[in-house]
Amino acid sequence: MREKKAKKIVFNSAEEMPIMIASVGSQTHNLTGAWRNIRPEVDRTKCLQCGICWKFCPEPSIDIVDEWPVVDYDYCKGCGICAEECPAKCIVMVEERK
Amino acid sequence: MKKVMMGNHALSYGAKLARSQVIAAYPITPQTQVVELLSEMCSDGTLDAKFINVESEHSAMAACIGASVAGARAFTATSSQGLALMHEMLHWAAGGRHPIVMGNINRSMAPGWSIWTDQNDSLSERDTGWMQYYCASNQEVLDTVIQAFKVSERLMIPGMVILDAFALSHTYEVVDVPDQALVDKYLPPFKPEIRLTPSDPRAFGGLTGSEHYFELRYKLQKYMEKAPALIEETGREFEKIFGRNLGLVDAYRCDDADFVFVTSGTAGFTARVVVDEFRKSGLKAGNLRIKVFRPFPFAKVREVLKKVKKAAVVDRNCSYGAHGIFYQEVKSALYGEAGMPPVFGYIAGLGGRDITTDSFKEVAAHALAKDKADEEIVWIGVKK
Repeated sequence: MREKKAKKIVFNSAEEMPIMIASVGSQTHNLTGAWRNIRPEVDRTKCLQCGICWKFCPEPSIDIVDEWPVVDYDYCKGCGICAEECPAKCIVMVEERK
Repeated sequence: MKKVMMGNHALSYGAKLARSQVIAAYPITPQTQVVELLSEMCSDGTLDAKFINVESEHSAMAACIGASVAGARAFTATSSQGLALMHEMLHWAAGGRHPIVMGNINRSMAPGWSIWTDQNDSLSERDTGWMQYYCASNQEVLDTVIQAFKVSERLMIPGMVILDAFALSHTYEVVDVPDQALVDKYLPPFKPEIRLTPSDPRAFGGLTGSEHYFELRYKLQKYMEKAPALIEETGREFEKIFGRNLGLVDAYRCDDADFVFVTSGTAGFTARVVVDEFRKSGLKAGNLRIKVFRPFPFAKVREVLKKVKKAAVVDRNCSYGAHGIFYQEVKSALYGEAGMPPVFGYIAGLGGRDITTDSFKEVAAHALAKDKADEEIVWIGVKK
């Protein structure tokens, strides 16, 4: 799993800023999981451990832990691509409940 | 080694001698031969570069941006509608500070469909943050590609090398092709300070709030302001090695001139024929060819024009609802300075209509008969 220690960088002058936007860790700082309204849930009894969900996740918010896919809900936006691509249909998108 | 080649191939040889590492391009008339030759060079191994076939110009520029972020020297070429399709990515290349060099063949925008030259395609990209060099000979095209990479990589600002459709793109001239070893001496490999690499992961071009965006654009302008001096410096360095100077402007018989044609692109060389004729009949004429349009060489234009009595800017473009675009820039360069000459604005040669010696004589007859420039646009050669 990634470290999530990045802190927000604020420059106080143009001089100290780099010329280009090339941030370090800004994507770990921005917890995009808050955008999600449906969440992927993996049913391990059906999972083939093929890794297709890991490969297709555009964020990437699926890690492979001990050969099983584990969704990182801090960053998963709930796009549903993993559920769509899963050949075993072991990932279902479930409505978020507050 | 001297070779006879078309303007388009001068672009290809420039990109080859600059050791471009990635070329992503989509063909469009009148640019096609540029990338045709480069793809041949890539396939036969004379150029060690990755040639990426893409499905559009938007993708061509996107691929060049990706290559540049990864630290590769990237080149592409396009024209007219293709350049317009790239528009979004042009902002991205300049705003992201990716020093790509691109050839653009000036072709009129449709409709009506046209493949012939005028400058409204490249001038529509005026505010994207790209440097723009308007060339007037095939030799200048080849040389400028090499210089443009040097300037762009120093400033991290992309550069567009521009030539007229057919008048230059398909016209064959003798071109002195520089020795690769000398080009390598002039243009060192591209080594950006920050690049996309797995060993130092970064997000490029990400969300930028109002607390930082303003400063990024401030820095783009500040670096652009360094470009005129750098273009002159690298131009002199080029002259030392290759014997040809590459400046911001090219002033012909302007030093003692009373009347100067201000031009860009190939039309300038036609103007010079008229200048020589006028000189023989006693009129002290000159020609100021503006080569670099962005950054605009304000100081240089002032320096040349302050000594003359009248200037006539001939534009092969029009900003509809305003005036000729070079005319506007020249006027703004002179505004507020004491002792500057009146500036007359002419529009000629849209859609590839020839700008001939007679066109320049008509311009001169109009300007010389007037005491002050009371018309903003005078149309030359239009069937009224």
